[in-house]
Amino acid sequence: MENHDHISNQFDNDLESIRNHVLSMGGLVETNVKNAITSLLERDQALAEEVATADFKVNQMEIEIDEECTQIIARRQPAAGDLRLVLTAIKMITDLERIGDEAEKIGRYAQTLASKKAKTGMHLELQTLGEKVSSMLNKTLDAFARMDASQAMEVVGLDIRIDEEFDRISRLLVSHMMEEPKNIKSMLRVSWCARSLERIGDHAQNICEYVIYSVHGEDVRHTDIDKVKKEYLSKQE
Amino acid sequence: MEISDNMDLDQEISKTVGSPLLESKVRIACRDVNVFYNKNVQAIFNVNLDIGKNQILAMIGPSGCGKSTLLRCFNRMNDTIEDCVVDGLIELDGENIHSKKIDPVVLRANVGMVFQKPNPFPKSIYDNVAYGPKLHGLTQNNSELDDIVEESLTKAGLWKETKDRLNKPGTGLSGGQQQRLCIARAIAVKPEVILMDEPTSALDPIATATIEELMSELKSTYTIVIVTHSMQQAARISDRTAYFHLGRLVEVDETGHIFTNPIHSLTENYITGRFG
Repeated sequence: MENHDHISNQFDNDLESIRNHVLSMGGLVETNVKNAITSLLERDQALAEEVATADFKVNQMEIEIDEECTQIIARRQPAAGDLRLVLTAIKMITDLERIGDEAEKIGRYAQTLASKKAKTGMHLELQTLGEKVSSMLNKTLDAFARMDASQAMEVVGLDIRIDEEFDRISRLLVSHMMEEPKNIKSMLRVSWCARSLERIGDHAQNICEYVIYSVHGEDVRHTDIDKVKKEYLSKQE
Repeated sequence: MEISDNMDLDQEISKTVGSPLLESKVRIACRDVNVFYNKNVQAIFNVNLDIGKNQILAMIGPSGCGKSTLLRCFNRMNDTIEDCVVDGLIELDGENIHSKKIDPVVLRANVGMVFQKPNPFPKSIYDNVAYGPKLHGLTQNNSELDDIVEESLTKAGLWKETKDRLNKPGTGLSGGQQQRLCIARAIAVKPEVILMDEPTSALDPIATATIEELMSELKSTYTIVIVTHSMQQAARISDRTAYFHLGRLVEVDETGHIFTNPIHSLTENYITGRFG
């Protein structure tokens, strides 16, 4: 689609400002998630503490962007693609804020796990899951930055791999708990971290669905993404 | 001819996009309508458009896009403009409005019109409304005429405000009231369609809201076609929206669809306030 500037420059600036702020919020959340995973795997107590207290910045940004979106709706009454972008931003920051909350939780558990004398080594099982989630989040923010619906569709598909890995870890933890009941407490903490990582994947999937909506104007939530993908491929041909 | 200057545009709009109406729901149908002024200036190019029964269709587009010209085709107002030629088929309830059987005066009663500036006759409020029914011989006696005046003013939401001053001049009313008087005048001759050419552009927001509310009530009885420069107004009140650009109908679809996800980039650029 041809993309012209608005007749009103200020409108362009306002929309661009929302986009940029969402991107910075995404960047901040991404860093928090990465630090949370690192602190967990490397038993880095200082980093874990930093993550557990860094979430207030994310919350602050959510409130600021929300206000920006409210203002642009009240003053400009955006339509079509502009409206979809603003709606996407409003929904996306809710998911980003929740990803921030999950990172904060991982940071808290990581603090406890790092201090435990009983080293179960089970936290290392989270490495693959952590990598998959980090990569999915990175690709999600990239798809938003470039408004790339094809990439967003690809990323939505990644959530299944994350769920599989989460199930594998859960099974593993259950069998270890049965073998060594004295470590149940710390295994539960590992399990909660796995749950938080899995939830981050779900939020990333939501964001990708908003990106597809923003680009194509079609709501793909709760639909079969493979079917949607096929439809768009056939349209492009 | 202008057409040669706009080859690119014609390629871009080779076919109007949007979803069509079911045939049973069509009140007015336009097929390949072209309108020329002075033989060498073309104002409307191959417009195919269906207007639904009991619906409000909003026609939007930049100045000079031909929306008012097309509106005036629907009740043959363009007949009154010298050198204006309307080509193509326009049907009202399946009947060609240019057929010899059709009397333009009767057609204009059937397809009423409300203009940008309220234009009551320099007569009393009563006579403004009674003028049409009298002219068309719709009543047998004065009591019937009284009934039509009351009914029309009630439908136009003006009865309560005017019932005690029916003999005062219509021009003494406020702008919004005058516009509602013009709507009452159009309704009095029992039309099927009401055409409105920017009916609220001279009114304040409160009078505008009253007229918009009135339009929503009237659509259960009439088909309404409105030309408006206010996109918010089109979004608020219309069921379908048609976007025109340099005399071409670019896109027509459900209003909700046009304002969230238009198909054509020209429509998108216009409704989002971008330079096309």
